[in-house]
Amino acid sequence: MTTLADKPQTAVKKRPGALAETGSPLLRPPAAAHLSDEQVAELGRELDAIKDEILAKRGADDAAYIRRMIKIQRGLEISGRAALLVSKNKAAWVTGTSLLSLAKILENMELGHNILHGQWDWMRDPDIHSTTWEWDFVTPARSWQHTHNDLHHRWTNVVGKDNDIGYNLLRMDPQQEWKPFNLGNPLYNALLAPVFEWGIAVYDLELVEYREGKKSKEALVKDLKALGRKALKQFTKDYAATPAVAMLTGSGKQALYGTLTANAIRNVWAHAVIFCGHFPDGTDTFTEEMVDGETRGDWYVRQMIGSANISGSKFMHLMTGNLSHQIEHHLFPDLPSNRYAEVAPKVQDICRRYGLPYTTGPLLKQVGSTWGKIFKLALPPKKA
Amino acid sequence: MIRLRKLARAASLLTTPLAPEDILSLFNPVFSARQLRGVVTRVVPETADSATIFFRPGRGWQAHRAGQWARIGVELNGVRHWRSYSLSAPAGEDPAITVTDMGAVSATLVRTTKPGDVLFLAPPQGDFVLPEHPRPLLMLTAGSGITPVMSMIRTLVPRRPDADVVLIHTARTPADAIFREELAELADQFPNFKVTHWFSGERGRLDFGSAAELDLLCPDWRDRAAYACGPAGFLDDAEALWESEAAADPSRTALESTVPAATLTIERFSTSLAGGEGHDGGLVTFEASDREVEADGATTLLDVGEDAGVLMPSGCRMGICHSCLTPLRAGQVRDLRTGEVHGEPGQLIQTCVSAAAGPVNLDL
Repeated sequence: MTTLADKPQTAVKKRPGALAETGSPLLRPPAAAHLSDEQVAELGRELDAIKDEILAKRGADDAAYIRRMIKIQRGLEISGRAALLVSKNKAAWVTGTSLLSLAKILENMELGHNILHGQWDWMRDPDIHSTTWEWDFVTPARSWQHTHNDLHHRWTNVVGKDNDIGYNLLRMDPQQEWKPFNLGNPLYNALLAPVFEWGIAVYDLELVEYREGKKSKEALVKDLKALGRKALKQFTKDYAATPAVAMLTGSGKQALYGTLTANAIRNVWAHAVIFCGHFPDGTDTFTEEMVDGETRGDWYVRQMIGSANISGSKFMHLMTGNLSHQIEHHLFPDLPSNRYAEVAPKVQDICRRYGLPYTTGPLLKQVGSTWGKIFKLALPPKKA
Repeated sequence: MIRLRKLARAASLLTTPLAPEDILSLFNPVFSARQLRGVVTRVVPETADSATIFFRPGRGWQAHRAGQWARIGVELNGVRHWRSYSLSAPAGEDPAITVTDMGAVSATLVRTTKPGDVLFLAPPQGDFVLPEHPRPLLMLTAGSGITPVMSMIRTLVPRRPDADVVLIHTARTPADAIFREELAELADQFPNFKVTHWFSGERGRLDFGSAAELDLLCPDWRDRAAYACGPAGFLDDAEALWESEAAADPSRTALESTVPAATLTIERFSTSLAGGEGHDGGLVTFEASDREVEADGATTLLDVGEDAGVLMPSGCRMGICHSCLTPLRAGQVRDLRTGEVHGEPGQLIQTCVSAAAGPVNLDL
């Protein structure tokens, strides 16, 4: 792909991703400073080969997997909602709320996030495609795809470029300048967790970019309108339509509590999983110097040492939408999620051989480590 | 119907962002808010290499006219592929396609389809259809080219006592001749329907180089409206014969004579796409899908997009149906049929017969 840059492309907008195969960035991150240009290039080739191997295997079994997940999710969704319609009965309330929570988690994590990444576009099925999918999450899919796929995955953990480092709300890296506002770090995070979907919706509006003049007023108005429409539908479904139908059995109030609880459970869970992706101890952040002249191999290195996995059972991996394989996901964002588990040992082996950290740990440990950072960074840096 | 729509809209308040159909599809696979589907009801083997597949389409299908074709989507190893197949069932009856194993997609349809399978569909289209007014007809078909003509014969012959149809069908061997028994029965039953089977394995190719063989098989062929369907060479030869006849007998052109001209209507199954060989391609950008692919000068933009996972509209894949029209944002494309390079911003291009001629930016 190196030749792309040499061709005249006046009419064609340049897309990210066409990185040089050889060379080096102005500065290599400390954790990878011991690697030569040639070693980094070789590492890139090894990871490309892992990807090619999966692409060659990808087929009917994978298609059956995602369709099965969609069926299971829809089954959970309708049975959960049905149970909430008679949730005056306590057992029905518990069942309905649990099933709906599971359905929402599965929808956002294993289906929505991954389908919107284009992981299933290869099937050419318009029902399971990144350009047509809409998810059970307040932020409109298209807005999220921009901040997440285009910006976060491209600039992973580059301070000043990847706003996912703290979502413009939290101080998550020592390189971010401390302000008295940051004293509230733990409080903001605790408040954010149960309403995470609304936080992401506001974040996807890119208000900071608008204020800095990087986003036009027209674009903001368009995004606001899209968000308004989507939020109204989401709100109506969970907090008006479902309780209204449940009122027929005298369960209106209980159903409302049920949907509120299910949304909150999903929000707390999604928040926890997502914060474990790049914030636990052991993950690195980067400066703009480190991406200047970045090669394909360096890009891979940055994704690996900037991400952290969560270890656990198959069920746990599923409930995180396989974001527990955050490292593999960041290396290959568009490989089908069901393949990350088999890629993981190979990636771990590469990290071992090249002397790079491969950060992983059980959920509670990673969540604890993230909270530790949130508390620590609430305070100003110690004067040396 | 209106009440149904209101009900669906009310239900969607509870199912958003899904449509009620997405939930119903858990119970019946033909339900879909986004794409027409059909369920296979019966599969009838025709020859060793061909089978007729009957299906029950979901809402949104339109009844076909005899001779029309439909786009059928099939999954091969998890990937959706679209091909066009002629409908062989008579007009007014449940649709069926007759497929001959000629490639990966048709092989899957012929060999592995079973009742209950789901086919993805687009409504029937095409203007290879019967004339509006009764006329004596001559049908020339080769191989699987019999399929649309079979629909015409089944529609016309048993229902119209005044029908006058001659069919000349060529196949390699008797075992390869699709619908042979049914055609023989129809010919027995209806005196105004005549069938000639020409087996090229025994007699060599039916020669259209001169009118001699046709004169023997159907002496009054010049007075009939002719329909031809088969491989490209077969159709090219037929076209050449009709053209030379028209040139030799100018009195018979439609303008000068009250006797209707000997028209030839043709249905092609494939097109030669060699116009891009040896030319450079370029970087193809799918703007809305945010994909970039380096393409060579001989691969159609349709194939390039499909391989990149872009949802490409497509139809006949040979440049005749215009289902694949896509707005060009920038760059130029080469028409693979002719080699001609063209393109200006905003122009709708046929991706199935166009390749990149330099960098191309598509609004998809």
